Amino acid sequence: MQFTIEVGRYNPEGTYAPSASAPQEFPVPWDKAPPRRYQTYTVDLPEHAVVLDALIEIREYQDESLAVRCACRSAICGSCAMWINGHAHLACKSKLQAFTKDGKTRVESPPSMPVIRDLVWGMEPFWKKHHAVTPWLEPKQPVPGPREEYRVANAAMDNLVQEVSCINCGCCLMDCESFAINDNFLGPHALAKAYRYAADPRDATEKQRLGSYSGNGGIWDCTHCYECVQQCPKGVAPLEQILKLRKMAVDAGFTNNAGTRHADAFAESVRESGRLNELTLMPKSTGFFNIVGQLQTLPSAINMLRAGKLPPIVHHKIPGVQRIKTIFQRIGGRFKK
Amino acid sequence: MKVAFYPGCVSKGACPELYVSAKAIAEPLGLELEELTEAPCTGAGVLSEQNPELADALNGLTLAMAESKGADLMTICSTCQGVLSNHNYHLQQDAARREKVNGTIGDQGYRYSGKAKVKHLLWMLFEDIGLDRIRGAIKRKLTGLKIAPFYGCYILRPEEYLGLRERPERKTYLEQLIALVGAEPVEYRGATKCCGFPMLTFNREKSLAMGGSHIMEAKEKGADMLVTPCPLCHLNLDGQQPDAAKVLRKDIGVPIFHLPQLLGLAFGFSPDELRLNHHVVPTASALEKVELKV
Repeated sequence: MQFTIEVGRYNPEGTYAPSASAPQEFPVPWDKAPPRRYQTYTVDLPEHAVVLDALIEIREYQDESLAVRCACRSAICGSCAMWINGHAHLACKSKLQAFTKDGKTRVESPPSMPVIRDLVWGMEPFWKKHHAVTPWLEPKQPVPGPREEYRVANAAMDNLVQEVSCINCGCCLMDCESFAINDNFLGPHALAKAYRYAADPRDATEKQRLGSYSGNGGIWDCTHCYECVQQCPKGVAPLEQILKLRKMAVDAGFTNNAGTRHADAFAESVRESGRLNELTLMPKSTGFFNIVGQLQTLPSAINMLRAGKLPPIVHHKIPGVQRIKTIFQRIGGRFKK
Repeated sequence: MKVAFYPGCVSKGACPELYVSAKAIAEPLGLELEELTEAPCTGAGVLSEQNPELADALNGLTLAMAESKGADLMTICSTCQGVLSNHNYHLQQDAARREKVNGTIGDQGYRYSGKAKVKHLLWMLFEDIGLDRIRGAIKRKLTGLKIAPFYGCYILRPEEYLGLRERPERKTYLEQLIALVGAEPVEYRGATKCCGFPMLTFNREKSLAMGGSHIMEAKEKGADMLVTPCPLCHLNLDGQQPDAAKVLRKDIGVPIFHLPQLLGLAFGFSPDELRLNHHVVPTASALEKVELKV
């Protein structure tokens, strides 16, 4: 079967870089990414072939100058993560047929990462974030002797299994929308890893971890877009681990942040009226004593008021709201009040 | 066709134009809206994060209410759709989880047996109402308008809960609809990206930069306006657009329409009937292209 592959070529030394227009100014890396040249190849492969088969075929038999990084070819090593048709995928796990769009498949380095050459991109941003979450166990005392081991209940490890499947390929980070506009954000892979250690019963530093992950660039800087869940080739579902961390952090008392205030104000409104009260949600989340924060939101509130887009001043309760209050009481937990 | 209509908090709060326009287009589409007036907020993912069991019970109650009406539940909000789909997926698959919900809501007049179907208006247009009926209702072709679709995350991801693996065409409905009303869909990367709204209260500047940059991308590709099936996206893309322009130091000025407003316009309603005069970003620049005024 014939397949057409369009490969994004780029070499920072200039060999493959076209003299294209200057990068734009938007704070989105894919617009800031260096311009690249797309080169088209045609390969003849069986219909079950994957994108990596095509790239190896090109490198071995058509163009030895093409740089590709790969090793296991079995979705275990994570080396061949790249952008395929504009999204993060492992080239070894992506069937060419499924990824042929308008008669071709486009592959390139992710624009949110530094490019070393062609399809080989630099993983420094990835590892920097990874190391920032202390991705190892800080053992609880007493440390078992040299011939002993930590014993934990099987059930205590069940929650960690999903994250342990992570192969550090970088697919989640390269498509992460928060990272795209915020270099400071720890990112999905590192925070999923963070959950894996914070929730490990053998770790002694849960509280310190939760405190540090609650800070700037941490769990509350995730925009909840599910791109990482969608793109992870191993089912790690990083966002779901981040949400578990948020709950752990709030339960551990790290509540002096907009995220917790937002959740509490949200719950209070639903508990008392069955509906969201948008009028009070924003000021309560910002914090009443955060004068700068309140002032920042003022112009947009005025704009919306002038357009007639503000919710009714008197917040209406849904009929049968007592039913909702009963459910809150029965379930209990943080929002019971 | 009777549907259990779940308007969501925002259409009855900060986006009244969505509620009004959704009600307006129901008749030409042959939809009989039975509003679930007693159904609670979905919690928008915020409640499930801190108290998953509570979110299960609240959404289980809503699903049970739809079930008791004997009709599919129709949302007009990508976020409501995402949260309800997520809970429905789990409550349908996991009988023990469903029974736990029923244990909480059982004496409140409702039980959920796992039969409800949750569908956004956008999906219903294609899957239940049918293109012939829509074509028949079109009285005004929107020829000349270039429209960029903006889906909102929760109607696209995670695919598993939204039935997108069985129906991948759901990812193309907005483009198809734009073409159907005679306008030209604009292809751009931002169509399936995040508007930034969930981060607005935590990291305002980044949230505004996120939404603003998607609108700018659409504008650079020639879009006269955006259309979205999600009122939360609308709050960020329209309500916060002047602030986003300040963060990006760009002149944006691109009107954002709700899905039912676009359809309503094609069905011959006046811009005022669809409350197109109640947007933060004036809609006049887009309406002029089809020789309409607000």
